[in-house]
This record gives sequence, C-alpha cells and structure tokens, in this order.
Amino acid sequence: MTGAMTAVETAAAVRSGDRSARSVVEEALAAISEREEELHACNTVLADAAIARADAIDAAVAHGEDPGPLAGVPIALKDNLCVQGELTTCSSKILEGWRPPYTATVVERLLAAGAIPIAKTNLDEFAMGSSTENSAFGPTRNPHDKARVPGGSSGGSAAAVSAGYVPLALGSDTGGSIRQPAAFCGVVGVKPTYGRVSRYGLIAFASSLDQIGPFATTVDDAALLMETIWGPDQMDSTSIPSRPDPIGAGSDVSGLRIGIIEELTDVEGIAPEVRASVERAASGLEGSGAHVERVSIPSCAYGLSAYYLIAPAEASSNLARYDGVRYGLRVDGADVAEMNAKTRAAGFGAEVKRRIMLGTYALSAGYYDAYYGQAQKVRTLIIRDFAQAYERFDVLLSPTAPTEAFKLGAKTADPLAMYMSDVCTIPTNLAGHAAMSVPFGTGVEGLPIGVQVLAPALGESVMFTVARAVEALR
Amino acid sequence: MSPRISPEQVRHVAKLARLSITDAEASQLAEELGVILEHAEDVAALDLSDIEPTAHPIHLTNVLRDDAPKPSLDRDEVLAAAPATEDRRFRVPRIMGETQ
Repeated sequence: MTGAMTAVETAAAVRSGDRSARSVVEEALAAISEREEELHACNTVLADAAIARADAIDAAVAHGEDPGPLAGVPIALKDNLCVQGELTTCSSKILEGWRPPYTATVVERLLAAGAIPIAKTNLDEFAMGSSTENSAFGPTRNPHDKARVPGGSSGGSAAAVSAGYVPLALGSDTGGSIRQPAAFCGVVGVKPTYGRVSRYGLIAFASSLDQIGPFATTVDDAALLMETIWGPDQMDSTSIPSRPDPIGAGSDVSGLRIGIIEELTDVEGIAPEVRASVERAASGLEGSGAHVERVSIPSCAYGLSAYYLIAPAEASSNLARYDGVRYGLRVDGADVAEMNAKTRAAGFGAEVKRRIMLGTYALSAGYYDAYYGQAQKVRTLIIRDFAQAYERFDVLLSPTAPTEAFKLGAKTADPLAMYMSDVCTIPTNLAGHAAMSVPFGTGVEGLPIGVQVLAPALGESVMFTVARAVEALR
Repeated sequence: MSPRISPEQVRHVAKLARLSITDAEASQLAEELGVILEHAEDVAALDLSDIEPTAHPIHLTNVLRDDAPKPSLDRDEVLAAAPATEDRRFRVPRIMGETQ
C-alpha cells in the first residue's frame, strides 16, 4: 500500500530515481482494486491517464529533469473538481456523463508539480451532506469500519487516504466537509483561509464559504500539498492577491497562547471521549510550553443556524444553472419552464432539493430580513467574537466533530441531526478563517477522533506548527 | 407544533426554484423545512438592529486584471456537452406560449 510511504518520501524517491513513478501508480491502483468494492471511495479511476503520466515523469527523471516537488505522487480529487475531458459528476444524476471543457487551477498546479491524479472521489451530492450518503451513486464506507460513514461531504477523499489508496487527496470545505471526514477517517484535513486557494474549476455550492484543501496522512504532507495549490489566481477574483509565506517546518509551541473554545467543547452533544481528546492534546501542548486557557466565543452557538440559512441561500442561486440547457440531464417539457422543473426534479436528490427549497424560501419576499438578513448579521458577530479571541490567543482548539463516525443510516431520516455533526466546523467557514483536523485519540467504539486547530485568516503557518505539535503527542 | 410553512407555501417556493414536486413531497418538505426553520428561530429572534450584515468574509474591492485577450473555451467542445443543439447553438423548448 502507498500508505506505507508519505508523499514527501515518495516524491524524494521518484525525483532521485530510486523509485519509478510507474511502480508508485501501479501500487496505488492495486490498493484501489483490493478495497474499492467494499468502500466505494471513487466515482472514477483514472488508471490509463495516471500510468501515461507516470511514464512521462519517469522519462523526465531519466533525462535529468526535475518533475517537481510532488513528482510521482498519486492524488485523489473530489469529484466536484473539474478535469478537462474527465467525468465530473458532483455525485449527481444531473451531471452524470458530463466532461468539463477546462481544468481547475488546483489541478493545473498539481500537474505542474508532478503529482498524478488517479481517481475522482465520491461525495454527498454537490457537497451537501455530512456522511457521503447523499451520493447519487451510493455511499462510501469508512475504512475503519464498513458499517460506518466516512463523514462528508468529502468522504471519498478521506476514505481514499485512510485506506492507503493514495497519500494525498483534495476536498472542498463549505461547513466542515474536509475536516469532519478527516476526523472520522483518522487522517489530516485542512480548510485554508477563504481566498487562499483558487476556486476556479471547483463546482460551486456556497461561494462565500467554499474552499479547497488537502487531505494527508501526516501534517508535513498536508503542508506540502497546501504549498502546491495555494496562492493568487487571476481566474478567481476572490483569491487573495498577496503571495503566501512558506508554511515552514516548525513544531515549537513554547510561548504560544492557545484557547479552548467553550461553546464547541463544553456543551451538550459533544461525546465525553471527544472532549477528553481535546483536553489531552491541550495538556500535551501545555507540557511543551504553550499557555492554554478556556475561551468563550458566544456567537459560535448561533453558527449552525446561520450557516443553514446562508449556505442554502447561496446554493439555491448557484444551482440555478442546472436547467437542462447547457450540460447534463434534460427531461423534456411542453415549454422551457416545464423542461427546467422536470429536469431538476429528476436530476437532484432529496437533500439538494431540500436545500434549494430552504434557500429559496430564506431569500423570498417577506422572509429575507428575518432569515437570510439575520444570518448575515450573525456572521458579523462571529467574525467580531473571533477577532476578540485572537487578540488574546494565537490559535484555538476544539473538537472537529461532536462524535466519532456514526453508522450508515443513523441520521438519514433526520436532516437536523445530520446538520449537527458540522457544529464545530461551521464557525470557521462563516468567519473565512483557517482550521485543520489532526487525528488524536479514539472513541468508545475504537474509531478515530479529530482535534481541530483553528487560526485567524492567513494564520496557516502557526496553525501547522500547532498541528505538528499535536501530531507529535500521539 | 404549528407548521411554520404550509404545503401551499412549499409549492409556491418550488415554483420560484423551478422544481416540480409531488403533493407528497410538498407535505414532507413542509414538515422538514418547518423543523429546520424552528431551529433557525434562535437567529431570527436575536436583536441585531445595530449590526451590519456580512455577505463575504474577505474585503476585496475592484479586483482587476490586465485586459489581455485570451482564447475562450472551444465552442464545439462546450456544445458537445449540451442535451440539444442546433446550428452550433443551444436548443431549448418553446419559451413563450403560442398566444403570447
């Protein structure tokens, strides 16, 4: 399994000629064949393209060229990232069979760095969900326990890394869709600062919240992937124009001020063993010289409600483009309005319809101020409260998810219960800040738990430093 | 619990969203959206009259790039993905009624 070697090690071996990219890719394909039937992490396996690319990289190395910092490293891409000419479905029937005419900026950067896209991974349809059960093509299963969900919405990417298919994957995080599945699958998952990674070629869910980020087995691998994909992009006008400073390799937390967020840690619904993991990480960091205290961020308590008004509102607008005209499914109707309505009824699954309806309602005449408008003001409060906390603290800690991975079907009948599993991750998206999940400890069922490290906007460097320190405590 | 949203309202919203729904779906959505909106009451009930709304987390204004011509997407490749085309254009059913 490629899981045995990190991305850093693989790239070094391929660049030096010690290992062929071809053998790395063949090993990854073998790992996929071995477990894919039981896990269903992938919507598409890009076997031929990956082998061709590996051979090109090996040829470059043989000619004395350097194929780049991710030379020969296989990577899985969430199936809402466009790759020209390759199936890109968002796990939705409405896009089944669609092949994008362009490639996402992050994928272009991966290719330029020598990485090898090897699979498009399963997700909750249009990234709406917390368990990957909302995929039109069937759920992904947690590699640690097939009866349990991998989390979501980037469950396929998390499972692909956790199962050892690949050392790296990309996901997207709108309310926790990278961090929560990373926690459930026992891998590292990063939600970068909003605007730090280009969204060009990421199929939009909620544009003011969506951000692409890495999955990896180690913090160092996540940093390497992060530094490959981030930075300004003219194709995304919300991309931050400044060039990012390198993340660095630090793990020294002495003198750092670390706050544990009370509203996300010490509340009902957080499993005791999850809280215990956060406490244990915190005391470990304290032992390494950090100052740790509890901090209150009162408006975090309203994050979930605000998010489930704002994200559906933006989604209802973004998903208007699936109208049966330019791409994807069409169901015929007597006129264009009927064709639109029938196409969307046949093409979208239940959760996507629910969110389009909720968002349309929250934006409709008479309800806009009470719901969408109020939620936008809560967003201001959350940003203000975080700013106050970051005057006193360098980073914050909380659980990534309230519990360890739950069983398939456990929450599908109760949308609100499903939404609750994002309660710890949502405030970061509303604020536009950075946060990541580091595996730390296990729950009563023996499944992985994630500790969340939160940092202010553009605080990736200190966030990775603390994440490395947490990783070293394991 | 009194329903916050009726099946009639659901059908109206579905029309706005260009989504055809059955009567059974309208009833189920009324119930599910009611539960979610009930939870959202904590936000709706806050007094936030002094607070400015935030639409976007970063404050970039007037992002410009050089006005340099570049090739667009390939027209035939784009049209190849469409459900129906005619004369190198997207083809759609009738937009206006015959009497309009």
